[in-house]
Amino acid sequence: MRRKFDKDRLIGFLLVLPSIVAVAIFIYGFIGWSAKVSLSQWKGLMPNYTWAKPLLSNYLELFKDPRFQVDVRNTALFTVLFVAGALLLGLFLAILLDQYLKGESIFRTVFLFPMAISYIVTGVVWRWLMNPAQGTRMSGFNLLFDKLGLDFLVNNWYTTPGWGIAFIAIPAIWQMSGYVMALYLSGLRSIPQELREAARVDGANEWQIYRHIILPLVQPITFSAMIILGHISLKVFDLIIAVAGKQLQLDVPAVYMWQTTFDGGFYSRGAAISILLLISVAVLVIPYLRYSLKTEESL
Amino acid sequence: MSKKLFVLISALLVAAFVLSACTPKVEEPTSDQVEVFSWWTGGGEAAGLDAMIKIFQAKYPDVEFVNAAVAGGAGTNARAVLATRLQAGNPPDSWQGHAGQELIGTYVAAGQIEALNFLYEEEGWLDVMPETLIPLISKDGNIYSVPVNIHRANVMWYNPTILAENNIAVPTTMDEWFAALDALKAAGVETPLALGEQWTAMHLFETVLLGTLGPDAYNGLWDGTTAWDSAEVTKAIDNYIKLLSYTNSDATSLSWQDASQLVINGDAAFNVMGDWAEGYFRELGKAPKTDYGWAPVPGTVGSFQFLSDSFVLAVGAPHRDAAIAWLRVAGSKEGQDAFNPVKGSIPARNDADRSLYGEYLLSAMDDWKANVITGSLTHGVVANDAWKSEIDTALGLFLSSKDGAAFQTALVAACMASGPCK
Repeated sequence: MRRKFDKDRLIGFLLVLPSIVAVAIFIYGFIGWSAKVSLSQWKGLMPNYTWAKPLLSNYLELFKDPRFQVDVRNTALFTVLFVAGALLLGLFLAILLDQYLKGESIFRTVFLFPMAISYIVTGVVWRWLMNPAQGTRMSGFNLLFDKLGLDFLVNNWYTTPGWGIAFIAIPAIWQMSGYVMALYLSGLRSIPQELREAARVDGANEWQIYRHIILPLVQPITFSAMIILGHISLKVFDLIIAVAGKQLQLDVPAVYMWQTTFDGGFYSRGAAISILLLISVAVLVIPYLRYSLKTEESL
Repeated sequence: MSKKLFVLISALLVAAFVLSACTPKVEEPTSDQVEVFSWWTGGGEAAGLDAMIKIFQAKYPDVEFVNAAVAGGAGTNARAVLATRLQAGNPPDSWQGHAGQELIGTYVAAGQIEALNFLYEEEGWLDVMPETLIPLISKDGNIYSVPVNIHRANVMWYNPTILAENNIAVPTTMDEWFAALDALKAAGVETPLALGEQWTAMHLFETVLLGTLGPDAYNGLWDGTTAWDSAEVTKAIDNYIKLLSYTNSDATSLSWQDASQLVINGDAAFNVMGDWAEGYFRELGKAPKTDYGWAPVPGTVGSFQFLSDSFVLAVGAPHRDAAIAWLRVAGSKEGQDAFNPVKGSIPARNDADRSLYGEYLLSAMDDWKANVITGSLTHGVVANDAWKSEIDTALGLFLSSKDGAAFQTALVAACMASGPCK
């Protein structure tokens, strides 16, 4: 019995070995390499791994860099609006679908579909919809608002000075709220009907049922969704490029990293930005992983 | 699913991965080959390259031409691919690059391309190319690339109808330009000056620098003899801020094509864009002088702010002789007259066959011969990549803050960090 167990373990280990090696090289090895580059003086085409003096100077310069400050502000604003928006809209759609209405599966598919599209496609389409041109060249939503007599809604969209990034959250919410809906819907469905009935017997109205029973019960889902959306939002790149191109008003760290590395040849600075991005995502994800590992163990 | 079926599918998948890894091996380059790397994959550029390749093949029938063009991103993708190949020590024989500091700052600094003075002497190119061009594509007296075509950056396109309706003469100085823009604004023209995304704003800025400083002081900005914190630069930034007040509010959402199109559609009176815009206007079926007019950007009359695509010789080129043969074709009258009419640009040589070119290009050829040559910032002539990207960042911050003093401070810092300033 014991021998067979060992053999199984060996075969299992051999089977996952290629992935372990690949992950070790292509993920952790390259993270290490990026960290090394971020501490180097590499500027220009050819690698230069001389340590920077002082060692952390690439990072210290970034914190003083006015462009990086714009990036941090933009990312923070985008993350708050995108995560909050997608959670609220997703929950709302899930509650609507949870009413056991006719054609539920059609609605579910319709709301989930945007997730199947890549951010580049979403970005291109929303770039047309949110066309900021005004006057005779008006088009997209602006034209629609104008024709409907809703002139007060005509605006500059993502070219609004200072707040353009807030409008980028709209396509992102459109794309991801269906996914959040699916998460919530599965959560809502797993809540036993008896709990609601018991509450109704105790005289709770629908609002109170959601506020005091349903929402606390789906809290783990809210938590997971926040983590998933949050790390997508910190790394956002393709959506920004598709909607806005390379313009500093809507700059985020990933765009800065790309431009400074490949257009400017500041490899060490680009690597420093990538390590900061990694750290910011890790701060979000690692506590979550620990939490979910713990809950799995306790099961 | 039965276990057997599962095993079968797994085996098939493994086989598929193994087979896909066994793609045919890339042919080893032989001595009678030349690999030329570019980002000319579409439109007039690709057609022009093909025309030049035909000439090359007629002259050197036993050399196989390998066209290693990489598509996308106006060269951004190609340059990333090239950087990877060079870092791996696997250079193509020759590659395309913007003549000037973009090549010199990146590839000469890394010791990747050879000086071509011998070729210029053998082929007599120094006699047929403008004297003021040579320093802009050289470093320490060494010439590093063969310019195939010349585009002009400091062109102001205008809508002749709008100007005639408002009795405005084509402005030639900054002050005349501001007067014209004010008059148009007063007459209710929605957008007197059309502007597009951020790089077109940099393009406008470099022409305003040239128009305010004049060619000598402008050239001095890039070799360190004109100070970036001088009063002239302050004046140029003030002019630029003023010009921006006449532009369309949706500039950041427009490509250069969109912005140029505003002029021919009658939505805007002026647009500053390189002379590739002319090729675009022709594509749209517009006629020169009636649908669109052109003049040097006000203040830059007598200067030709150029940019150029050029080819280089790799250090350690696998087929050095064939690469030199390619460069001879690229710099020849025949090669340039084949490439440029199709691409919509003028040859770097002064002795082109004038019957091949249209009305605008002929006027550009006359100016190329007679004017002082200056280089473009946006298109890689005067500043290396690092410096240019620092200026781009400073400009981007300025476009949202409109803080001229902070912009100038950032420009000074950029020159210190990545330019020749001490």
